Amino acid sequence: MGKAGRHPVSGQREGDAVSRRPVPAPEQLPRLIPADGPLNFARHIDRYGPVPFRGYGDPRDWRRGVTDMLITTVERSGLTGRGGAGFPAGKKMRSVADRQGRRSGFFGSPAGSVVVANGVESEPASGKDAVLLNRAPHLVLDGIQLAAEAVGAPEAYLCVASEDERLTQRLAAAVSERERAGLNQVPVEVMPVYGSYVASEESALVNYLNEGPALPVFVPPRPFERGVRGRPTLVNNVETLAHIALIARYGPTWFAAIGTPDAPGSALVTIGGCVQRPGVYEIPLGMRMGDLIRLAGGLAERAQAILAGGYFGGWMALPDAMDAPVSGPALRKLGAGLGSGIIVVLPESACGLAETARVVRYLGTQSAGQCGPCVNGVPAIADVLEHITWKRADERSIRWASRLLPLVEGRGACHFPNGPVAMARSALRVFGGDLRYHQRHGPCPGVRHRPVLPVPQAARPPGEQETARGGGRPPVVLGTK
Amino acid sequence: MSHILRVNPIRCDAHGVCADLLPELIELDPWGYPVIESDRMPDALLPHARRAVAACPTLALLLERERRRAGA
Repeated sequence: MGKAGRHPVSGQREGDAVSRRPVPAPEQLPRLIPADGPLNFARHIDRYGPVPFRGYGDPRDWRRGVTDMLITTVERSGLTGRGGAGFPAGKKMRSVADRQGRRSGFFGSPAGSVVVANGVESEPASGKDAVLLNRAPHLVLDGIQLAAEAVGAPEAYLCVASEDERLTQRLAAAVSERERAGLNQVPVEVMPVYGSYVASEESALVNYLNEGPALPVFVPPRPFERGVRGRPTLVNNVETLAHIALIARYGPTWFAAIGTPDAPGSALVTIGGCVQRPGVYEIPLGMRMGDLIRLAGGLAERAQAILAGGYFGGWMALPDAMDAPVSGPALRKLGAGLGSGIIVVLPESACGLAETARVVRYLGTQSAGQCGPCVNGVPAIADVLEHITWKRADERSIRWASRLLPLVEGRGACHFPNGPVAMARSALRVFGGDLRYHQRHGPCPGVRHRPVLPVPQAARPPGEQETARGGGRPPVVLGTK
Repeated sequence: MSHILRVNPIRCDAHGVCADLLPELIELDPWGYPVIESDRMPDALLPHARRAVAACPTLALLLERERRRAGA
């Protein structure tokens, strides 16, 4: 298939992209979210210039060694996925590119691979993807183009939650604006995704794009092996793609100039709970938790614990957690995580057990309803947590809880049930004092506290999960204190 | 050549036949769904594993040749 231009374009280096950029690389934060208001197309071009394509010609003519360069650059930057799992972004791109190379092989494949940008953001406590897509949509769209070129994809999708119709329209308008300007090498379709919490899991998105319901499927084969219409598919969080757009321009050394060796670069975090100014912030990875809280205006009242990593992370006790570096690897070592960048600060006046029980109950309603251990196990965890919280934290219930957690962990087709397990496990560890109080006296005064962790109102009951396409996500309520 | 045993949890309907036929490797959880103790398959158990796979009413039990794991 590939005729002209199949030879490695070895002359192109980072320098070429750099020479095209009108504004020097930002020395400090913010990198992703512009401080001076949303960047429309004209201002984006003004600031960043055109997409720094590597210029390998038609992506269907992909040959190994030709588009390798951007992938190598991303690998060298150390960027990890910002959707939650934290998988190395370059390695993921390479696995798709390799697949695509193998499939097209010597004879070429007419189809090519597919790029899916995931901006569905169904974590109730997260707001960073929506902020990014509203403030710097063209950075994400640049990232999609560059990733598509690198993995040999002649088409791409940008998936967003269907509830935000205005965002969908704005993004569709942004895409056609770029097309008119000839900035898009491959067409991008903005896809509103209907569905529950699990709709944004990568195999669920692929299934949805394959005209199925937005529900996770049994893997492997994973999307990079067999994804949209059976083709190798790169599914990346939108923030990951925005970082790729910057790395392609300014290089891996610039990217890793902030952050830590095991977690380079910056990340968007959503901080909530009892801080003065909850919201989305861009931080260098490895920043101390205490500094992040100060960035968010400081504590609004006395705090007892932090939930790091959202509903797939874990609880950390304060004040110890104040010194913890905010990065995936560091927080995982401390029994929590960063997930998609969610930090919630729990006030002393609330009850961590009650908060956990409430969220696990909600998560139980959000299972896709496909796997027995998840369908039965997550509500069973909620049952025992509610018993411990509201009735009595007797030895028997605590023993049952610790037996139950490993029975649910890792037993779904997707990672969904591992979230409530991690939350419950860390709650039983961190809130040991509360556990003893509940054991002796029954419910503590904190159980009547206003909910701190956000849970969508009117979460659908388990019976309605099959109709994941019909429902749509309930409005998100951010509880501040 | 080594084999691994895995369950497709979406297909599985907790019939429990596998635990009857292969108790050496499979236990049932409180809801009747199989827990595979170790996915590594001793060759001596291979015929029994094949029988369990064939007997699964929902074809959820899979015996696969070990493949290189890669990717996200």
